[in-house]
Amino acid sequence: MTTSTSDILLEARNLVKHFPLRRSLVQALRGERPAVRAVDGVSFFVRRGEILGLVGESGCGKTTTGRLLLRLEEPTSGEIIFDGQDITRLPAKEMTRLRRRMQIVFQDPYDSMNPNLDIFSIVAEPLRIQGLAKSREEMEERVARALADVELVPVEEYMYRYPKELSGGQRQRVAIARALVLEPDFVVADEPVSMLDVSIRGGILKILQRLVRERGLSLVFITHDLALARHFCDRVAVMYLGQIVEQATCDELVHRPHHPYTQALMQAVLSTDPRRKRIYTGLKGEIPNPANPPSGCRLHPRCPLATERCRTEVPPLVEHAPGHWAACHHVEQALARLNQPAAG
Amino acid sequence: MAELAVQNLKMYYRTRKGQVRAVDGVSFTLEPGRALGIVGESGCGKSSLGLTLLRLLPPNAEVVGGSIRLGGQELLNMDDETFRKDVRWTKIAMVFQGAMNALNPVLTVGSQIAEAILAHEKVSKEEAERRAKGLLEMVGINPARYNHYPHEFSGGMKQRAVIAMALACNPQVIIADEPTTALDVMVQAQVLKAIAELRERLNLSMILVSHDLSVIAQTCDDVAVMYAGKIVEYGPVEEVFVRPLHPYTQGLLQAFPDIAAERAPIVSIPGTPPNLADPPSGCRFNPRCPLATEECRRLEPELAEKGAARHRVACHMVSPGGEVPEVRFA
Repeated sequence: MTTSTSDILLEARNLVKHFPLRRSLVQALRGERPAVRAVDGVSFFVRRGEILGLVGESGCGKTTTGRLLLRLEEPTSGEIIFDGQDITRLPAKEMTRLRRRMQIVFQDPYDSMNPNLDIFSIVAEPLRIQGLAKSREEMEERVARALADVELVPVEEYMYRYPKELSGGQRQRVAIARALVLEPDFVVADEPVSMLDVSIRGGILKILQRLVRERGLSLVFITHDLALARHFCDRVAVMYLGQIVEQATCDELVHRPHHPYTQALMQAVLSTDPRRKRIYTGLKGEIPNPANPPSGCRLHPRCPLATERCRTEVPPLVEHAPGHWAACHHVEQALARLNQPAAG
Repeated sequence: MAELAVQNLKMYYRTRKGQVRAVDGVSFTLEPGRALGIVGESGCGKSSLGLTLLRLLPPNAEVVGGSIRLGGQELLNMDDETFRKDVRWTKIAMVFQGAMNALNPVLTVGSQIAEAILAHEKVSKEEAERRAKGLLEMVGINPARYNHYPHEFSGGMKQRAVIAMALACNPQVIIADEPTTALDVMVQAQVLKAIAELRERLNLSMILVSHDLSVIAQTCDDVAVMYAGKIVEYGPVEEVFVRPLHPYTQGLLQAFPDIAAERAPIVSIPGTPPNLADPPSGCRFNPRCPLATEECRRLEPELAEKGAARHRVACHMVSPGGEVPEVRFA
């Protein structure tokens, strides 16, 4: 996938991450190297100032992909281009410096924070590591600004409290403040609201959206929730078994899903309207083991449209409409299904 | 089949910070064969309510008032031994949150279901095995997998096996606490479908406790919306989810992303749920409610039928005819 414009902040090219498994004697003798193929040839780009959703079910490789982008995991192969620079093999020291510009927010704000530190120390930590604040005053000022950005106001009320004294939503705001205190231009947020109640989520999402709009931040938003991604993101990439199967703007994706997997995922989302009563049990079977993925198209054992070609030939990610990519041999049949009433 | 009638049930926890009123005057009736959804956010008391019904409370919990009647029989004054023998699992059973992770990893799934039968009934081992296989089949699991271990089951299958186990002693009422919360959407659908089929086949009554409005909209007949230990709105799902009256219910529905809707701004309810050791006076939602008036801060609203039949709401701002100013959360 190539684009000629320079509005691209980050590009992943054919990223692969295999986690090696312990070999049995037979496998060792045969020279096999069994591995969980968590991410297996993923390419996409993130524009400046946009929110890209990475959507998929448990084990599809979305979290590993997010971690690879920041080099929190070392890729097995492939390239990561950040602001025109190949950072795939950047030495650790330079990578640390680059982390001023690249940050991550994790799912569980309780797990990702030292409970013995107060909020000030937690948010100030990146500044200290990067040696970015010259004085205590400057550090306080920058922490206060970051807390104000996430609407933990009045900031004096929060600065010297501890994580356990805050609610889940407030803790997640602290986690975002910690990511923002360095004023990065690229942030990965891995399921940042999935542990929070519905009424609290919106507050966090609106803060993220505002920061993207105001600062031109680029956000990769990792989620299992396609309905949420539809309203929150600008574009969405759908992952299945370590690969991207479809990528488009949110409106395009929900109005004209090209891939049978995306179609199934959309239909499986339940409605809050009891008049549209329908539980769709989706594709047959369950997600195969990523250590031993199916040949050809990885969806083929579960796909209602699968043919012999799907069993043998890997479908490439092809641009079917401007900005709308899908990896399926039978996009036309898949699109034709959209006009038919869906089967339960 | 018997009706489960809960009247003005109150269960408080004693803590160092004082009494936590987790279930505070809850009333509902579950008719045979029907499904009631209890929806609410963390800490609203919905799980505590389930545990109270099954008498599985921790030592610092106390039922301070009310009544729980099953088929006319009062359960609250029954002694523990009788309750254990005659009610728990045999008349009312429960599927716990995360129960699929509580299967014993060193025993086969089938033997764990058979064990549940043997613990309550004087039947032979062969009879227990035969029934356990029947239960597996009922939740869509091939009985040939009776001798498989939990690690050989996928998440969705484990969850269905746990549901089969809850049905081991032919209960009349099943309480399912967040039965699909950790599951992916397609697996969730398989589990919900299995539950729906079971209910129909066995004429089971069900209480489904969940934070997920869509799960309840798609599987239940009635819904009770809980906020801070109280039911604030109650009625048929076609009423409550289509014409929500309470500002809190309206907010929850607005905040829930709908994949079929056109792209819309994200919505949230301001503030956070109250501390149940020190709930606000008057209506407990008043500090977060855009409609709150002096009356709401002072006087607690009663749950009363307004507008449609069986549609009850506890809000001063809803007229007796069921009119309420539209609440737009941003």
